[in-house]
Amino acid sequence: MTKLIPLSEAVSQFVHDGDTVYAAGFTHLIPFAAGHEIIRQRRRNLTLARATPDLIYDQMVAAGCARKVIFSYMGNPGVGSLRIVRAELEAGRLEWEEYSHFGMISRLQAGAAGLPFMPMNQTGAVDLERANPMIKRVTDPYTGREVIAVPALNPDVAIVHVQRADKDGNAHLWGIVGEQKEVAFASKRVILTAEEIVDEAVIRSDPNRTLIPGFIVSAVCQVPGAAHPSYAQGYYDRDNDFYLKWDKISENAETVKAYLDEWVFGVKDRLEYWQKLGAETYKRLKVKARYSEKINYGSY
Amino acid sequence: MTDLTSAELMIVNAARMLKDGDVVFVGVGQPNLACNLAKRTHAPNLVMIYEAGVIGAEPARLPLSIGDPTLVSGALSVVSMYDIFTNYLQRGNVDVGFLGGAQIDKYGNINATIIGSDYAHPKVRLPGSGGAQEIAAWANRCYIMTPHQKRRFPEKVDFITSAGYLDGKGGREKAGLRGKGPVGVVTDIGFMEPDETGELVLTALHPGKTAKEAVNNTGWTLKVATQLRITEPVTEKELRILREELDPSGIYLKGG
Repeated sequence: MTKLIPLSEAVSQFVHDGDTVYAAGFTHLIPFAAGHEIIRQRRRNLTLARATPDLIYDQMVAAGCARKVIFSYMGNPGVGSLRIVRAELEAGRLEWEEYSHFGMISRLQAGAAGLPFMPMNQTGAVDLERANPMIKRVTDPYTGREVIAVPALNPDVAIVHVQRADKDGNAHLWGIVGEQKEVAFASKRVILTAEEIVDEAVIRSDPNRTLIPGFIVSAVCQVPGAAHPSYAQGYYDRDNDFYLKWDKISENAETVKAYLDEWVFGVKDRLEYWQKLGAETYKRLKVKARYSEKINYGSY
Repeated sequence: MTDLTSAELMIVNAARMLKDGDVVFVGVGQPNLACNLAKRTHAPNLVMIYEAGVIGAEPARLPLSIGDPTLVSGALSVVSMYDIFTNYLQRGNVDVGFLGGAQIDKYGNINATIIGSDYAHPKVRLPGSGGAQEIAAWANRCYIMTPHQKRRFPEKVDFITSAGYLDGKGGREKAGLRGKGPVGVVTDIGFMEPDETGELVLTALHPGKTAKEAVNNTGWTLKVATQLRITEPVTEKELRILREELDPSGIYLKGG
């Protein structure tokens, strides 16, 4: 059954005010196109969960979409401070809940597996445990030792960008696969954006590469270039210049507003965004091919 | 080599602490350069793993983020983040972790979370743990690389993001941690290593540096080891690899 719809429709149908949203992707395949669409549709009071809020949440927070963030590393990766989220936290204008990466990922793993919580070994660093009452200790019933527990995270909606999917939402992704699979299984609804929509036969030709099955997906949207300024392995490179540029843009509210007006509200969709970026950016971020060896699944 | 930067001095000395065959949890920036330098000199069998889930990376260019695609192409394996933190780190398959932070205290505890005394109302909000909390606890041994400045080395950190020796040696054992903790702190003045109580003491100086400089730039009364070692000067070869092969634009080699 086809789930292929435009991204604007997917966001309008499946992302609601007050939702907990997890836009997946650890540095790789960050679904910026969907983030921008959520900003354009002026969603409000969202709880934004992500291990690394990255520029996508900095922009969504700046646009007034968020009530709260849940995170484990708040920085502009490879550049420095994530200025807007940081300033909002320091000013007490934005709620937050904090974990280590492992705590965050364990919450998703529990959510994906249908478990109430996930145990983790102790780390000795108890200050975060004291600061965040959601992090608890339980007794291992087998050894009597205390272990750390974090609750399952089951977002209302996951947004996952992938290299290719069929129209039913069966998705291939490769390269850094951070937490995409866990987020998809943990969430109540899943919006998939894809660089390419391919025939089901392409998916079936390499079943080990399918991390997300179509039957847990709510909507599939064909959005090439959706991850810019992050990247899609084998398709285009990370736009590091933009990550550096954002460090400057996010220094003051006016330049942030001007950016959002021009690059988010000022374009209809990702296609217009890329037309605006132009051929030069496309050329600069294009990558040379490097193929894997074929594998033989056998004909049975 | 009068034009040697503090960063180059620290990176070279950090690289020399790695052993051939070590499995290293690598961070982006200076630790990445240290590991790649070690791999191109004395430790060709170093296995570099990254928290993004990459095992055995052989980056063809300087990675600019922890999830740079150059880490993936040609790597031995790419796994999920849950796998990297469980099968690799929690299970005990990582030899070395590199750590850094805004503050490092007398017992090697690290703060990367907040400056100030009230978590809910921080004076300065820092990025937070990322992978550091578990790396510090479960890697077999950890190294810290940071410029030697008083504000970076307070007697006690404002917030323990990752455990060093907590309140002193024995603290880690009580908490059931598996790794040896921060066995070496490389600064631009020299080395600090834990004594039998877990307190960091000055054990080595880089050529031309003095114990007084180290003491004056440390926030607690820094003890100086009786047999102070002088580190080997940075070689032309090490510098050439860093400057010409690994970071030709000098992104991480300039400054501290």
